[in-house]
This record gives sequence, C-alpha cells and structure tokens, in this order.
Amino acid sequence: MQTAIKRIIFFAAIIAFWEIGSRLEFWHPLIFPSLSSVFSALVEGFQDKTLIYDLIASFKRLAVGLTISLIIGTLIGILLGKSKTADETLGAVILALQSVPSIVWLPLAIMWFGLNEKAVIFVTILGGTFVMALNMRTGIKNVSPLYIKAAQTMGATGIDLFTRVIFPASIPYVVTGSRLAWAFAWRALMAGELLSTGPGLGYTLRYASDFGRMDIVIGVMIIIGAIGMIVDQFIFQRIEKSVIKKWGLES
Amino acid sequence: MFIEINDVNKQYNDKENRPVDVLKDINLSVEKGQFVSILGPSGCGKSTLLSIVAGLTKTTSGHIQIDGKTITKPGKDRGMVFQQAALFPWLTVMENVTFPLKKEMKKKDAEETALKYLQKVQLGKYISHYPHELSGGMQQRVAIARALAMNPETLLMDEPFGALDEQTRSRLHGQLETIWTETKKTILFVTHSISESIKLSDRIVVMGTKPGIILQDITVDIPRPREEHKKEMLEIEEHIMKYLKKEIDKVVSEELQYANSH
Repeated sequence: MQTAIKRIIFFAAIIAFWEIGSRLEFWHPLIFPSLSSVFSALVEGFQDKTLIYDLIASFKRLAVGLTISLIIGTLIGILLGKSKTADETLGAVILALQSVPSIVWLPLAIMWFGLNEKAVIFVTILGGTFVMALNMRTGIKNVSPLYIKAAQTMGATGIDLFTRVIFPASIPYVVTGSRLAWAFAWRALMAGELLSTGPGLGYTLRYASDFGRMDIVIGVMIIIGAIGMIVDQFIFQRIEKSVIKKWGLES
Repeated sequence: MFIEINDVNKQYNDKENRPVDVLKDINLSVEKGQFVSILGPSGCGKSTLLSIVAGLTKTTSGHIQIDGKTITKPGKDRGMVFQQAALFPWLTVMENVTFPLKKEMKKKDAEETALKYLQKVQLGKYISHYPHELSGGMQQRVAIARALAMNPETLLMDEPFGALDEQTRSRLHGQLETIWTETKKTILFVTHSISESIKLSDRIVVMGTKPGIILQDITVDIPRPREEHKKEMLEIEEHIMKYLKKEIDKVVSEELQYANSH
C-alpha cells in the first residue's frame, strides 16, 4: 500500500476515535474537548484575528532570535574549527551548554532584561546558537583535505582559501546546523512565551489554560506542531536534500 | 635542466615513533617539455615525491629547483591533477576552471581562457553543468582543463586515470598525448601501470619501495602513436617487469609478515 493511503487511513481512525469518543462522553469535555470544538476555536481565533496577531508576534521574535543565533553560532563554529586551543577550551563549554535546555536561562534572562520580549528573544538565541556552532565546527573540520590541496596548487591561501573553499565546502553542515537551530529555537521560543509575556502563540496557550479553554490549548498546540513540521519538511529538508546531492554526499 | 631534484630525503615517524624512510637520496633532472612517468608499486613514495614537487609536502632534506627557483610552497607554475578530480561541487564546470584565474584576469578573459581549455578536452558544451552531473572521466577532463588554464610550465599528474575504467582511460591517454604535443608542457606523471607509462612517456623512472629509491631510468624511444609498435612496447614492459617483480614480491611478503605477526 502507498504511504499516502496508509497515512490517510491512520489519521482518519484517530479523528474518528477522537470525535466519537467525545460525543459518547467517554471522557469529560473539559479534560479533552472534541475535535469539532477545537476546530471552531481555531476558526474563531482566526476570525477575530487574535491567532493571526499571535503568529506574527511569535514569528517576529523567532526571526530576530534565529538570525542572531545563526550568526553567532557560525562565528563560534568557525573559531572552534580553525583554532585547536579554542576547541579544547571554549569547545568543551559549548558542548556542556548545548545539553542545557535553553529555557532554564529564563530566570536569569528576566533578571537581566526584565519580564519582556528581550528575555524571550535571549532564550530563543541560546536555543539555536550552540547547535549551530557545533555543526559549523564539524563542517570546517570535515572539509576534504583534497579540496584544500587542490586550491593551494591553484594559488589560494589564507582568507581567500577560507572564503572560496573551506566555507563553501562545509555548507552541508551549515544547512543541517540551521535546521536544528530552527527546531531548537522554535521550542525555546514557545517555552519562553509560555512562561513570560505576550502576545504570541505560547502566551495565548497559557492564557487559554488559565481560563480552562482546553479547545484553544489544543488548537494552538496543533498550530505549533504544524508550523514546525511544515518548515522542517518543506523548507529545510528540501534544501538539505538538494545540497547533499550537489555536494556529492549521497551514499 | 628544467626540473632539478637534488638529494631529496623524506622520513616520517610510524606509530612506534621509529623513523621510516619514504624517499631516500632521490636525484632526478627533467628537461623542459619532457613527459616523464614515475612508476612504482604502492608505497614506494612516488606520490610523496610528486607532492613535494607541488610544494604541498616538505622534504626532510634536499631541495627541488624548477627553472632555477627553489620550491618552498605551491604555485601556479605547477598545475596538479589528482587521482580524484577534486572539482569543487558547489561550482559549475566553468566556475571550476576559472577558479585559479579569478585574481589576475577579468571575468570575460578568464571565461574565454577556460572555454579554450574545456574545448581542448571536448567539454565545451558542459560549462554550466555541476560536477555531480558528469561521469568520472568527464570530471577528470575538467580537472585537466583547470590545471592547464593557469598555463603552468609543469603539469604534475598523480595517477590521474587510476580510478577510471579501461575504455575511458585509453581515450584520455589519447587526449593527454594531443594536449602535450600541442602545449609542450613538462609533465611528471605518477602511475603504477607499466603499460600506461610506456604508452605515454619519453622516459620512465622506476622506483623501488622501502625505502623509496630510483631503481632505473629508462628512455622510451618508440615513435608515436605507439599503438602501432606493439612489439617494442612489449620489450620494454618485460624489461621493467624484471625490476618491479622483486619490488612487488617484497611488498607482498612484508604484508604477509605483518598479517602473521598480528
């Protein structure tokens, strides 16, 4: 059977179970509202534009946070890749920081920046920076020595060698790093909004929860998941695939 | 003499930190415009020697001069072709060939030069292709065009056709011969194929292994095209085989010893 057909049957079964279970009151609607009420909450949210404002607000923060994290991550990664001393010292710290969920920085961020947008953006930046740095570092270290030798015989040295050969050769890792940075930053942003201020998808989620509106909570969760999946599958995976093909890394 | 290799030694330390001689007392001079093959079994240091001439590897002692200048680093006077094409996958064929020309030429001039050499290797129609869209033989031809585009005096080739199938290899032999006759480059051609070296070169330098030394310097005096002189080619092949047999046996017995002791 084709994947698409399998998926359609699978999702149809879940949806049917969800809706029928709700209608027959297998569980209390307050604990888990029906699909149709989630759907109407979403329609309502888009009609009165609150969800649209939330989306715009969240994406603005993400754009700022992710851009900064990609720039800082790339610079740190290049430093770690080129300098052995930096790798042995700063590299160990980055590796340790990478395993700390960035949301635990929020208390400090609120202390430094106040309970505002800056604190959320700070957490988002931390979410993406380290994973980008580590991928960039691996990319620089994995550049085929053959490319470097070939470039040297053609007169390339120093900065020229770096910008024309080493950096472009590590683009596949830049793409993977960006994809992971996006995923981490997106999670960090949602957590940050949930725990601090709005507007934003995460903030609306908590607001709805305070009023016991589980239909909105589930609706926003669906939006968060859908955006995550769409950006990953339709943007990053496509770029990654074409880069892997072009760079001759297909196995 | 155009290329002078004087008392070149190269040592490196193995895992137990004992010095190993890769090249021992190599002396070789090559005339301008000569096509010289460096032939030997794997591990004889022939690629290391070429890499030293390219300026990519340092000698332990001794030095190399080209046209009176001592080699200290890579330079555009020596074009290098590796066993793998080493094309940059993010650049088109045209951009790959203009890579070494970017600094000293205007874009238009660089592209004209590149096209001239791409046509020489019959790839004039593939300028906007990316390397992954080409076969191995085509990639290697682009690499040759790229090396030639710098207009180097010397062309260094490190088993350039080693990874290709027999038909492609034999076609490229023909193209390389034509290019050499037209451009009069001095070519150092590293190979482990006896027939390839006889087919292409004026002179064959046979190397032995452990340590890497020059065993024989053979002049190949067969008129070109050489396919028409099968008998003479065979005579030289048998002559070289006598020398190389001992060396290959040495490599094999050492590998057996290694396998038995581990």
